[in-house]
Amino acid sequence: MIDGVLGGPVDQDYLLQARQMQAMSFAVHIPLVCFGIAFPAMVLFLEGLWLRTGDPLYRALAKRWSKAMLILFAVGVVTGTILSFEMGLLWPEFMATFADVFGLAFLIEGYSFFIEAIFIAIYVYGWERLSPRTHIAAGVPMVLAGITGSLMVISVNGWMNHPTGFSIRNGEVVDVKPLAALFNDNLWHELVHMYLAGFIVAGFLVAGVYAFGWLRGRRDRHHRIGLVVALSVAALAAPAQLLVGDWAARTVAERQPVKLAAFEGLEETTKGAPFSLPGGIEIPKLLSLLAFHDPNATVTGLDSVPEDDRPPTDIVKLSFRLMVFIGSGLAALGAWFAWLWWRRGRLPRSLWFYRALVAAGPAALVALIAGWVTTEVGRQPWVVYHVMRTESAVTGASGIPVGFAALGLVYLGLATVAFVMLRRLSRPPLEVGS
Amino acid sequence: MLPDLTAAVALLALTAYVVLGGADFGAGFWDLTAGGAQRGAPVRAMIKRAMSPVWEANHVWLIFLLVVLWTGFPEAFGSITSTLAIPLFVAALGIVLRGGAFALKGEAATIAEARALGATFALASVIVPFFLGAAAGAIAAGEVPVGNARGDEWSSWTQSTSILVGALAVAAGAHLAAVFLGADSRRAGETELVHAFRVRALGSGVVAGALAIAGLLVVRSDVPGLYDDLTSGAGLACVLASGAAGLVTLWLEWRERFELARYTAAAAVGAIVAGWAVAQEPYLLPPDLTVHEAAAPDATLVALLVATGLGMLILIPALTWLFRLALSGRLVYEDKPRP
Repeated sequence: MIDGVLGGPVDQDYLLQARQMQAMSFAVHIPLVCFGIAFPAMVLFLEGLWLRTGDPLYRALAKRWSKAMLILFAVGVVTGTILSFEMGLLWPEFMATFADVFGLAFLIEGYSFFIEAIFIAIYVYGWERLSPRTHIAAGVPMVLAGITGSLMVISVNGWMNHPTGFSIRNGEVVDVKPLAALFNDNLWHELVHMYLAGFIVAGFLVAGVYAFGWLRGRRDRHHRIGLVVALSVAALAAPAQLLVGDWAARTVAERQPVKLAAFEGLEETTKGAPFSLPGGIEIPKLLSLLAFHDPNATVTGLDSVPEDDRPPTDIVKLSFRLMVFIGSGLAALGAWFAWLWWRRGRLPRSLWFYRALVAAGPAALVALIAGWVTTEVGRQPWVVYHVMRTESAVTGASGIPVGFAALGLVYLGLATVAFVMLRRLSRPPLEVGS
Repeated sequence: MLPDLTAAVALLALTAYVVLGGADFGAGFWDLTAGGAQRGAPVRAMIKRAMSPVWEANHVWLIFLLVVLWTGFPEAFGSITSTLAIPLFVAALGIVLRGGAFALKGEAATIAEARALGATFALASVIVPFFLGAAAGAIAAGEVPVGNARGDEWSSWTQSTSILVGALAVAAGAHLAAVFLGADSRRAGETELVHAFRVRALGSGVVAGALAIAGLLVVRSDVPGLYDDLTSGAGLACVLASGAAGLVTLWLEWRERFELARYTAAAAVGAIVAGWAVAQEPYLLPPDLTVHEAAAPDATLVALLVATGLGMLILIPALTWLFRLALSGRLVYEDKPRP
């Protein structure tokens, strides 16, 4: 364990508020990251359809989506900036002690962010005066930078959960190996998990907008195309996410057994551990089977570490279940559509499908946040797993509650205005040129 | 060597942000002072047109600077962000309000909406450079000790050096914006706007110059060590270069040679930033922490510098293309497709 280079833990009455403020900032930003990951690819796909078929409807729709993409990107830029500031404003000791270990990832993320900002601008403002080929080519770096950017942020999060690339001698961080930290073992499963989540959230939210129109009788070709493109993305990603979730859970079971115990609220280390469902029903040996693919495996319980070293179990357990429950529902919804589309080549006729689709977007958002709560609250009480405690990382500055309230108000205003403007953008009928 | 190179990268990012990002904030200042909805409309439309495609990329220089600082000089970064939490947090909130309002005001449907969002954008554009400048002034004045919030959370950035640097940041940004927008207006063939921005460029240039001189006087009484280094050797060279570039800019504006003025105005502002860095050298956080003491281990610095070099190979052509397209008027969003 390590205290940090700035002089060790300070008195901070508002550690919990600092954590909540950070959590709020992530919760606002992460949905926008989903659009950063998925929207460029979806827009480019539509433009590709236009170039192949020459049908101007595809172009008009791609153009409209690109405008929404730009607004969401701009909001993502500023909310992401808040996160960069908060790293230092709330957790200076964490940054002072470890930023030289994981900082390289953020440098590459910085470049990705540059490329994304440059090419999104060229793409969105270049619709009319760039040649179609140049235009779609300008979209490619935008998609790639969305991937590398999220890859790098995920790398840092993976590192916090499984810190590598340094040693500790006499309470000091030594032997720093930035590349080993960058390519930590958690990177790949977290990346794929988040990447699919991006497509699920963005896909269902966009599809939900068209499903809402569908229920109100707007069923023209424009709505049909918008619905099918967005939904196809989500419908493929959602079932795949179940497999990735299994991979992620097994990795947690292996590397962060106490976190896994918190997922399930497993008090005692158990051989052949059961899986408990809400209402007190227990399915024997299922937890061992899920976590280790072996019904008789021993699952570590919370009692393996002192109480001080355990995460807040109730929150972790609830959010884990919420994520799994919603994720399964979304996978089923996606499979329903994919099956019909593949076998019969048509959309479902039941109105319940469209009602479910309207709910699926917000539900996917909830699952996304719940997933992050699961892993990040499950990491507590550590900021760097088993190396630095969160209470050692926090700032000694005063005024955290004031900052929390101010940022909350600003975000409330921002979210309201952004919602109204995006809704307005989706209203007018599509201008289709020839 | 490695720490100095890393500090040079940070300085480059800071200069790029002060010039490019600063001009965007300055544009917000002119939006704020453009007058009523009718009278100010042409100025505001030009600002929107010029800023829309580039402000996000310009903003990323700030993120880049933060990342280089925390990766290369983590101890200094933690000390700065904890002691200067108030001005930095206010600036961060301002960044959210400025960017959010700018991105969304294009969709405003009524005059009242446009006014509210426009005012938010414009006010925040003044707040952000002021508070970031005040934070920089606190570092220059030696008010940030090493440690977790060890400096005074108020007096560290409310002393006169901070206030003056904050005001200078606002004025320099406004000057850059007026020069850039004047050149943009000339390219767009908007004769009346050319005149409007020329007047603004001349006025703000005089104000920025006066503030820079006033800043020197304040520093002389408040931070004598810094003053000595600003008035001798390389520091003096930067100060003189800034003054000269500023005067040339005013002359170019007077003679209506707007394209050249872009570069001299940027040089005048850039030289101030460079002068501060040179005068402070070898300290990162005066009076105690040097660049070398604050630097991360060599392995980190090598990785950071190699990644920076490789990244620039991609970034510079991309940025060049963006600015070329934007300056040649090829990046304009039109709702109706062209026939």
